[in-house]
Amino acid sequence: MATLQTQTAARFMMAPAVVMLLVWMIVPLGMTLYFSFLRYNLLMPGMEVFTGFGNYEFFLTDPAFFVALGNTLLLVGGTLLATVVGGTFLAILLDQPFWGRGIVRLLVIAPFFVMPTVSALVWKNMLMHPVNGLFAWIARGLGFEPVDWLATLPLFSITVIVAWGWLPFATLIILTALQSLDREQKEAAEMDGAGPVSIFFHITLPHLARALTAVTLIETIFLLSVFAEILVTTGGGPGIASTNLPYLIYIQALLQYDVGSASAGGVVAIILANIVAVFLIRMIGKNLEA
Amino acid sequence: MGAITLEKVTKEFSGVKVIPGVDLEIAHGEFVVFVGPSGCGKSTLLRLIAGLEDVSSGTIRIDGVDATGLAPARRSLAMVFQSYALYPHMSVYKNIAFPLKMAGMPEADIKAKVEAAARTLNLTDYLDRRPGQLSGGQRQRVAIGRAIVREPEAFLFDEPLSNLDAALRVNMRLEISELHQSLKTTMIYVTHDQVEAMTMADKIVVLHAGRIEQVGSPLELYRNPANVFVAGFIGSPKMNLIEGAPAAKYNARTIGVRPEHIQLSTESGEWAGVVGVAEHLGSDTFLHVQVEGIGQVTARISGELNIHHGDRVWLTPPPERIHRFDGEGTAI
Ligand SMILES: Nc1ncnc2c1ncn2[C@@H]1O[C@H](COP(=O)(O)OP(=O)(O)OP(=O)(O)O)[C@@H](O)[C@H]1O
Ligand SMILES: [Mg+2]
Repeated sequence: MATLQTQTAARFMMAPAVVMLLVWMIVPLGMTLYFSFLRYNLLMPGMEVFTGFGNYEFFLTDPAFFVALGNTLLLVGGTLLATVVGGTFLAILLDQPFWGRGIVRLLVIAPFFVMPTVSALVWKNMLMHPVNGLFAWIARGLGFEPVDWLATLPLFSITVIVAWGWLPFATLIILTALQSLDREQKEAAEMDGAGPVSIFFHITLPHLARALTAVTLIETIFLLSVFAEILVTTGGGPGIASTNLPYLIYIQALLQYDVGSASAGGVVAIILANIVAVFLIRMIGKNLEA
Repeated sequence: MGAITLEKVTKEFSGVKVIPGVDLEIAHGEFVVFVGPSGCGKSTLLRLIAGLEDVSSGTIRIDGVDATGLAPARRSLAMVFQSYALYPHMSVYKNIAFPLKMAGMPEADIKAKVEAAARTLNLTDYLDRRPGQLSGGQRQRVAIGRAIVREPEAFLFDEPLSNLDAALRVNMRLEISELHQSLKTTMIYVTHDQVEAMTMADKIVVLHAGRIEQVGSPLELYRNPANVFVAGFIGSPKMNLIEGAPAAKYNARTIGVRPEHIQLSTESGEWAGVVGVAEHLGSDTFLHVQVEGIGQVTARISGELNIHHGDRVWLTPPPERIHRFDGEGTAI
């Protein structure tokens, strides 16, 4: 792509894809923006009127909004923490030579291939269920009162379920990064008097910085919009204890038929996602520069 | 101090004996070079001494103390790796300071030591850079700097110059030799380049398939190679090794004569032959002569010479310069 001519040709060739992606993004975004300024309820079709920022006011002053905002951030933060720390730990374990390593690696990757709805159902009915669940059975076996996870600790339980699904992704990326660490570097550190802990913090962790950044950024994008796990397990409850922003928007639009404020909520969610993205890029984006 | 003794050290990797048994004495302050062909176990032996590999059997003593089971960091040895193994995310300063930091030295002392090392190695201007922003030679010096600040009992070098170009290699060779003169610390240096071995070593250890073939000063090995392998390995161009009738004349299975000792004449001599390739280096000429009944013999003639491809020449090995070897390849 060195010459002017090839550059022009390249632009020309890329144009259709770029235009299509642009349209793909702009049209729904434009419609959402448009709807967010209308009083638009599906129960009263044909009665749309322009309300200015009315929908935004309604959505943002709803006490449920701040709860949902907090829940979203807790869910993202908790899952990130669990997957990054757990993924690093698992990756280091999987990097050790042991018998049957290939099969274990395959098994560790498996949760990533399970659909969120399915995994949430499995967690809900087979693991966390207060009567039939495995955890309840263990608790009873040890003489404790079983915990009704989804009723008493709804947000924590959902975080656990989501983290379980994302852990393989983090593990896989970190494991690949770990394997590209030069063996002589570790040996040099060993000769320099660094113990396993020092080697981890001074050599391994800096080497993993880039992979951890990528994991954090990619996961954040997806975790801001967690939905299926909530719908299947708690339905946002009890009350709104496990409602996050996407779920709140869903409640507005499809349970209360209020497309206008749902759209306003959508725009708010987009702005929020961008704020989070800017924060993340500021904080850790420099790791991606080579 | 820095005397290292290996007693019956063996090493096997999953059943394959890579080092079948090595006994070696390295005195304090010596510059010892391990030399041998690729895959002969030089790196393995060095890593055994460093403690990066466990011995399968045998004992390693450092200053008379049994260090066989000691962790690498506790052996007070410093190693310079072939790949340099610098820490890419740390500045040059931090790289050199790392072992001191690990030893828990106060920050002020670290600074003094790192700066002193940087001065010795001409790295003062680069202390803030990352390894990725340095040339190969500079990286090499950082690796050496990281080794010298620890003030180890002995330095271990594993082919430290093999990634450098020829000119830089000669320079760094001198710098390492000078470093040895000024520090007077024991150094063990692995190479497969016999020129490096000859020029730097107080003592050369020639390895072949994990065995020590001969230990001695460069000139000892040059003058009295213990066997055919050492004879062929030390010296450049290689010693001519001749078997059959010409050897039988000297009561040996194999005789060897170095190219630089062969006398050349255009009129008469012991072996008659035809010049194949003549390599003119200016100071010397290497003649590859096809000798009747012997095969190819290399002769090194000093000075400029007017001999060309296809010329007929006579070669004479001076009797006192002939090395004789028996059926096992051992020198007689
Ligand atoms: N970790 C290992 N597992 C199995 N075999 C090994 C291992 N390390 C080295 N070897 C074998 O031991 C032998 C000696 O290897 P070593 O690296 O010591 O050679 P070397 O003399 O340093 O060669 P070079 O000049 O190419 O660096 C080789 O045959 C090699 O295949
Ligand atoms: Mg080697």
